[in-house]
Amino acid sequence: MGKTVAETIKDLTFDHLKNNNGLLLGQAITAVGYVNHTVPKNCPGIIELSMADVAGSGIAVGTALAGRRPILVIRFQDFLILNGSMLINYAAKSKDMFQQPSPIFVRALAIEGHGAGPVHSAKLHNIFMHFPGFRVWAPITPNEYKQTWTDFLEHDDPVISCEHRSSFSSRDEYANEIEPAADITLFGISVGRTNIIKAARTLRAEGITVNLVHIVQLKPLVLQQSWLEALSRSHCGLVVDTGFETCGAGQNIAYELMLKTNKPVQALGLKDVSVGVSGDKENLTPRPEQIVTAVKNRLRNRSGPMRSA
Amino acid sequence: MKRSSDYHSIPDLAQLFSKEQSIGIFEKMCLCRYFELEVANAYEKSLIASPIYLSIGQESISAALSTVISNFTIFAQHRCHSAYLAFGGDQHKIVDELLGRPTGCAFGQGGSPMLQDPDIPMIGHHGLIGENIPLAVGYALGSTQPTLCLFGDAAAEEDYALTAMGFASKHQLPVLFVCEDNDLSILTPTEVRRNWEICDVAQALNMPAVDITDDPWLIAHHAQELIQSLPAFINCRTCRHYWHAGVGIDHEPEWDRLQLVKDQLKTLSINAQDIEEQTKQDIKGLWEKLLPKQLKI
Ligand SMILES: Cc1ncc(C[n+]2csc(CCOP(=O)(O)OP(=O)(O)O)c2C)c(N)n1
Ligand SMILES: [Mg+2]
Repeated sequence: MGKTVAETIKDLTFDHLKNNNGLLLGQAITAVGYVNHTVPKNCPGIIELSMADVAGSGIAVGTALAGRRPILVIRFQDFLILNGSMLINYAAKSKDMFQQPSPIFVRALAIEGHGAGPVHSAKLHNIFMHFPGFRVWAPITPNEYKQTWTDFLEHDDPVISCEHRSSFSSRDEYANEIEPAADITLFGISVGRTNIIKAARTLRAEGITVNLVHIVQLKPLVLQQSWLEALSRSHCGLVVDTGFETCGAGQNIAYELMLKTNKPVQALGLKDVSVGVSGDKENLTPRPEQIVTAVKNRLRNRSGPMRSA
Repeated sequence: MKRSSDYHSIPDLAQLFSKEQSIGIFEKMCLCRYFELEVANAYEKSLIASPIYLSIGQESISAALSTVISNFTIFAQHRCHSAYLAFGGDQHKIVDELLGRPTGCAFGQGGSPMLQDPDIPMIGHHGLIGENIPLAVGYALGSTQPTLCLFGDAAAEEDYALTAMGFASKHQLPVLFVCEDNDLSILTPTEVRRNWEICDVAQALNMPAVDITDDPWLIAHHAQELIQSLPAFINCRTCRHYWHAGVGIDHEPEWDRLQLVKDQLKTLSINAQDIEEQTKQDIKGLWEKLLPKQLKI
């Protein structure tokens, strides 16, 4: 049996700390489950940061300047707004400005539902895609995590690894599913991908043909030829994002896809309201049933103007 | 008085330094002063297109530190010409940087506040006030090498500044923090902004700290001692002669340390005038050589 995502993270981290002179920094990373069992125990190079978020990420960037290729754990992406200052302002610019790279691997954890509420449920990959200098990934399988890590080691840019806690116990891998001609091509980001898989099952049972495309590397965004061809052979496309829909990664990717294919592509993400702790206030990644409804609306209005689900 | 040219000074301290040390300090002060006067000149003639942050009046801090500190990695603030020059930054490259050339020390990308020189080594500041404090602390953590962090009295108020100093204290990192305290944030005096002293905070963070005037012998004396027990902090009361950015002057500086040092050198029988003249000529020659032919100043 292969490793889970959490075991993969822990093993890669252990190797980096033990054999690569790496560092792991973060707040409360060596207590309460060691970040969902992703942090190795009794290992050199682990630094508990104080609660000073802006200073903490600046200190981590300083260790990157010193060549330690640090891993910075952000236990909830909401804290990236504070931590982001040093990452966006210095780490992402230092290579362009000073030819002095700041290679830092930021483990940005997301969670949703379970009452995560307004301050523990953020998904902020879009912010980091916006700024020059970052490489942004959203791995949810063991192999994807290894790919993300290898990308970090092979480059000298800061990497934002947008992780989702709900994937940590998983061993699954996912492959794109592309038909000769499908009604719609669904693109997914992070756990939006497991939702498009479920939605596809329902749609296919109702006779609607569906392509599935998994987007793991968000920046640089490489729109693969096979995706573009799949979309070109479909009536339309839909991108399911885990972040807010407004000015989100999904909308940006939909735009890029439309430019390349001339096919209408819609983006679905979180509603434009603050996240609450219970019931429908939780504002989750579009559920499979919401995706199904959106697809049907889109196909119903095939020749008409684009319309939100 | 805290803001005075003799705050916490030690009588006859300069006598304890060798002639060579005193001359070394003065040479560097002159280098910084006369280099920056050329910068001001070029700026007034519109040869420099981006904002400049002059440290004229504050030279003694970097000049003194550079004579007692070696092998430190330097994280300077935005007002960094003096640090760059005193610690031996490439003079051609700073001129090129100010003139926006790709051959500049920051490849023409940064200009006046963003100087760097990997050979000193000095790591570039990118303009966010106080950012260099956590970066310096992280650098010391990652490299375990001694690090000098220079920042202003307003930078010290940044939320990430004191917290980073706290981290350095907790982990006993080899950082010498030096505040170039000109009592101004652009043009807002300290007393308008806060009612506490950074030196008190540094002491509360469990690091040795002193609050002194910018007498270079005094700075050198304390730095020499404090680098034995890092992390440590020096608050240095000093005077910025020119505007925050650019070459305007609002009022006479409270004191001119360069003049005070010259007076002191007389008592040490050191001929300051020759050193000053020679430095002036050298720097003029450098600028003449590097400016475009038709734009000689
Ligand atoms: C984070 C941040 N806030 C505000 C500014 C605008 N700013 C630039 S310099 C400055 C004053 C800095 O004063 P101080 O740190 O005392 O240094 P000084 O200029 O007096 O040498 C301010 C407010 C900035 N560049 N970065
Ligand atoms: Mg100031």
